[in-house]
Amino acid sequence: MSRVLDMLRFLGGQVIDRVWRLGRASCFFLAVLMKSGAALLRFSLLFREIWFAGVLSLLIILVSGLFVGLVLGLQGYEILQRYGSAQALGTMVALSLLRELGPVVAALLFASRAGSAITAEIGLMKATEQLKAMDMMAVDPVARVVAPRFWGGVISMPILAMLFSTMGILGGWLIGVVFLGVDDGAFWSSMRASVDFRHDVWNGVFKSVIFGVAVSLIAVFEGYYSEPTAEGVSRAITRTVVTSALVILALDFVLTSFMFKGMS
Amino acid sequence: MSDDDFLVNIENLRFDYGDRPVLRGIDMRIPRGRVVAIMGGSGCGKTTLLRLISGQLRPTAGTVRVAGEAISEMSHARLYAFRRRMGMLFQFGALFTDLSVFDNVAFPLREHTDLPEDMIRDLTLMKLQAVGLRGARDLMPSTLSGGMARRVALARAIALDPALIMYDEPFTGLDPISLGVIGQLIRQLNDALGATSIMVTHDVQESLRMVDYIYFISEGRVVAEGRPEDVRDSADPFVHQFVAAKADGPVSYHFPAPDMAAEFLGAAHV
Repeated sequence: MSRVLDMLRFLGGQVIDRVWRLGRASCFFLAVLMKSGAALLRFSLLFREIWFAGVLSLLIILVSGLFVGLVLGLQGYEILQRYGSAQALGTMVALSLLRELGPVVAALLFASRAGSAITAEIGLMKATEQLKAMDMMAVDPVARVVAPRFWGGVISMPILAMLFSTMGILGGWLIGVVFLGVDDGAFWSSMRASVDFRHDVWNGVFKSVIFGVAVSLIAVFEGYYSEPTAEGVSRAITRTVVTSALVILALDFVLTSFMFKGMS
Repeated sequence: MSDDDFLVNIENLRFDYGDRPVLRGIDMRIPRGRVVAIMGGSGCGKTTLLRLISGQLRPTAGTVRVAGEAISEMSHARLYAFRRRMGMLFQFGALFTDLSVFDNVAFPLREHTDLPEDMIRDLTLMKLQAVGLRGARDLMPSTLSGGMARRVALARAIALDPALIMYDEPFTGLDPISLGVIGQLIRQLNDALGATSIMVTHDVQESLRMVDYIYFISEGRVVAEGRPEDVRDSADPFVHQFVAAKADGPVSYHFPAPDMAAEFLGAAHV
């Protein structure tokens, strides 16, 4: 009996803990937004963070985008050819990248490359009392440290996702047209005929903005509220990557079901 | 002396961490222009006291007044206005690891003033000169020794010429030379700036050499206080144990434990 009670208590505790964290993250989100003035006005602060979150993620994003495009080209060609419609490869590659793979995979990569780095940096600043020292100098760490990193991530994410999709489409073209002999004109014209700017391109960009907000918020939140020890910071980094991945995939489902409902 | 002669007034200050009382009613007055040491064993609540004075924590009961105003009742903006006139030296310096020595010291100036860059440069170099590290301006904090890092942090703490400087364990982990240097600097800077200094420490010998007044804290209460010369000859058992570095006395050597006979012989008796 007491075992069952213990289990219930444990489950209840876990649920309360999760809900409590969610509430605290929401309050933190509001605080970050309210203290964003300096971060958005002082370009030197913002540029530094766009450099760290965005520019330094370029390599992994571009290379991954190319490989994803290569694979899409191979698989797509193989399947479309069965139905004698290999010339629709351009449509397939472009739509899957712009709508789903671009925003989602770029966000997953961004979370593990830049999100983890942001959590680690803020967590270590906290562990070495740098945030406290800043607070004692009457400089608000949320405004000075957190907000620029948050906005740096939010601004970088859609640009990275677009670059990812671009590289992917080039990869699909490379495999399809250059190696497998799909007609060059058919590849591009089928793509232009079927890709709608608002529905496909814009919705994809919108998704990546939402993912950028989610991943950046998770990264700064986990860093700021990490336990100030070596173990606590490492746990916070893990949580950033895991939570980001789950949130990205869940949000993607929700966004997709709203955006592409009843389209076809 | 009237109330105006004291920069910091602490009355019946209590603080609990959860259910554990840390401070159990502290009364303390810090006179303007003096260097005051707060001493006690590790974990006696000294650092907590410093954090209450600077408004990083809110007391469970009692008040801390700085320049006549209760710190815990201030708005965030008011507290920040006060903190611009406070400097704090953290135990391990807490330098910003992504900024050079120069940028660390210039940080408060850049955040709080609109001074032109060449004036910030001059002010920063003057502060670094005061701690003897003008030549180390381009180094990164990770390449500094413990003593140097603390001197840089000290230069940063006094960048805005504070009226109140707080030191959290300024002597911990330093070799004797660096320790003497930091001690001298604390004294000189306090007198040169006309500031008031509060120093939390457990280094008796260095403190006795350089401070004006000492408070001893044990188990969350002030157990003794006095000028260095009084402390040296004190007959108070706690002060005597502390100053003479005796292992046992009013502060027990043993952490509270079950009866020794029961613990070691208990199994044999069963």
